[in-house]
Amino acid sequence: MTSPKQALAQTATSADAAPGSQPGAARPAHGRGTPPPSGPGSWRSRLYRWDMKASPYAFVTPFFLFFGAFGLIPLLYTAWYSLHNVQLNDLDHQTWVGFDNYQNLLSSDFFWNALKNTFTIGVISTVPQLIMAIGIAHLLNYKLRGSTMWRVVMLTPYATSVAAATLVFVLLYSWDGGMINWLLDFVGIDPVNWRESDWGSQFAVSSIVIWRWTGYNALIYLAAMQAIPADLYESASLDGANRWQQFRHVTIPMLRPTILFTVVVSTIGATQLFGEPLLFGGLGGSKGGSEHQYQTLGLYMYDQGWTIGNLGKASAIAWTMFLLLLIIGAINLLITRRLRKSQ
Amino acid sequence: MRTSTRRSHRVMALAAVAALTTGLLAGCAEDSDDGSSNSDGGSGGGKTTLTVGTFGVFGYKQAGLYDEYMKQNPDITIKENVTTKTEVYWPKTLTRLQAGSGVDDIQAIEVGNVTEAVQTQADRFVDLGKDVDKSQWLDWKTAQATTKDGKTIGLGTDIGPMAICYRKDLFKKAGLETDRTKLAEQWKGDWSKFVGVGKDYMKKAPSGTKFVDSASSVYNAALGGESERYYDKDGNVIWDKSSGVKKAWDASMEVATSNMSAKLKQFEDPWNKALSNASFATVACPAWMIGYIQEKSGDSGKGNWDVAAAPTASNWGGSFIGVPTAGKHQKEAVKLAKWLTDPKQQAKVFAKQASFPSTPSAYSSLKPLAATTAFFSEAPITQIFSDSAKTIPTQVFGIKDQPIGTAVTDVGILQVEQKGKTPDQGWDAAKNEIKDVLGQ
Repeated sequence: MTSPKQALAQTATSADAAPGSQPGAARPAHGRGTPPPSGPGSWRSRLYRWDMKASPYAFVTPFFLFFGAFGLIPLLYTAWYSLHNVQLNDLDHQTWVGFDNYQNLLSSDFFWNALKNTFTIGVISTVPQLIMAIGIAHLLNYKLRGSTMWRVVMLTPYATSVAAATLVFVLLYSWDGGMINWLLDFVGIDPVNWRESDWGSQFAVSSIVIWRWTGYNALIYLAAMQAIPADLYESASLDGANRWQQFRHVTIPMLRPTILFTVVVSTIGATQLFGEPLLFGGLGGSKGGSEHQYQTLGLYMYDQGWTIGNLGKASAIAWTMFLLLLIIGAINLLITRRLRKSQ
Repeated sequence: MRTSTRRSHRVMALAAVAALTTGLLAGCAEDSDDGSSNSDGGSGGGKTTLTVGTFGVFGYKQAGLYDEYMKQNPDITIKENVTTKTEVYWPKTLTRLQAGSGVDDIQAIEVGNVTEAVQTQADRFVDLGKDVDKSQWLDWKTAQATTKDGKTIGLGTDIGPMAICYRKDLFKKAGLETDRTKLAEQWKGDWSKFVGVGKDYMKKAPSGTKFVDSASSVYNAALGGESERYYDKDGNVIWDKSSGVKKAWDASMEVATSNMSAKLKQFEDPWNKALSNASFATVACPAWMIGYIQEKSGDSGKGNWDVAAAPTASNWGGSFIGVPTAGKHQKEAVKLAKWLTDPKQQAKVFAKQASFPSTPSAYSSLKPLAATTAFFSEAPITQIFSDSAKTIPTQVFGIKDQPIGTAVTDVGILQVEQKGKTPDQGWDAAKNEIKDVLGQ
């Protein structure tokens, strides 16, 4: 009775004994798909193995180097800054203040206001955007003439720069002489001061986000829809399901992972919202309106850091945003697990 | 064969990775010298490239000053690095000054930032006061760029003496006086008298027109004539007790709570449009705004605009140029800075774009463009601005003057003007905002 272990040990010793007689082929790479090139010299096979082991790391290194230089180090440095009093005009003298900056934030109305705005603008931009994207994707999924053209058209807003798009929207929403107020006038509604009204300004900023990202999400949904097996629809229609029922009971459930993905990506985007409200505010836009009615966290951070020059506090805002995103990520993970279990 | 080509691919990929990483690390290690290194530190026969960092439109290039200097000094090449917005320019310059790299040989400093520069960055600028004749500048101008121990970190370029630009045609329709000297008499000495004229205007205002562009512009103009602003001489923030702020605030509140404001934000598109549509009748105009009004109003404004003296002698804006010690060609840069701010050169910039000189000796020789004079109904522009310039009070500035000012205008005044808040609510909102600015 030899146990498998003993057998293994035996082969191992015999292999160990071999090298003198058969160099090169002595240590076949266990579990590799391709055999080593049959050449003379053990350095070659060693090089090969080293190559197999190290190359993947070498290939991912550039990303991590860049991430380290432009992501991780700034992130840690920001954390360090956030625990100090750092003024833009006196970068060399940083005094340790512990968690004062964070405490200052938590007791500041401006911070809570910015957080609230980020949330409300996030909701009124993300929810309609994703619902519309699914609808559009569903339409694009039908057999259409010139389908490629429609898809390209859907993606053009995404390809436009934030600045260009926002400047056009600023013109549209302009108080006197803007096209939107002009249209409202036709319907008999008084002109709205879009920039200074509370909901109007948030709606306007959201509309820029919606315009830019709906097509992008629609294409993601479309790709996922095309991966749904056709026989599911077939059997559904055999069961007498109409198009709407097919959409509700086949398409939507099959899209669930994709929907989750877009929700996460949009939420991250909404948390970091910056360019649109800044440019919507025109000159000195970092205040986000006279009552900060559309000042997002990103804008508040910029205002503190570069307009006011309080880099310590701005860093604390940056880290708070980062922690918020971590929390959002954790919630998302929980939901995903729940959903997977329920399936 | 096949394996060897595959391997060579791999080797190439690895080489690429190595090249990328070394490039990255090298990039981190040292700032590149952006092309000015060929000068060998300015000595020898090589050409020296001087860079001038400015914001907005300084007019040096437009007035041909760089070309002129390069012709006189064939071994010098001048390059201008322009950042459009001051709000972007200044933070960038601050960080570069402190890092000691990336600075231009000459850096412009706006009046709103000059106190911050004097109080926090003085040791990073060359003392320019030693070998210039300081008396050629207005006293208060040089004082703004001078530290307590007498070091002058910047030479004055332009200033912004204030006048009132008004539409004669609209005034006439509203049944008001149109003569510039008589008008100036009507509001002389007090901005609330100017607001009073506005009330008369609104009684018979031509339809679709307002008296002023915004309440904030009245505030800025009024504050520009007060010696007490947001800080006291010892650097303490006294804005809520300051008599100057109080006066300017009250005048702007009269505007904001009446119907005489077009409620626009200056320099934004709707404001430009309002200029060309003549939808407001007056604007407090510093000298540098003259060209802007002319350009945006277009031909329809020609001969309809006029200029009258402002209620008080007031200043808005203006700049300095300084030479950072981190620059590589300090000697040459100082020479250029002195030349650029010389009264003769300042007069040339004025002739091109009405940036008003900070050197009184230039005033007698100032000649605005004929087109400008014709546009403003042959008003004696230089006379009006020079008179104002000579009587502007010395003002006390502080480190956070600019963000405090923004808090008052963009939060306090705007809430009253556009959101129907009461002046008290606006004041409280500004107060909270300023607390946030000061980190309290």
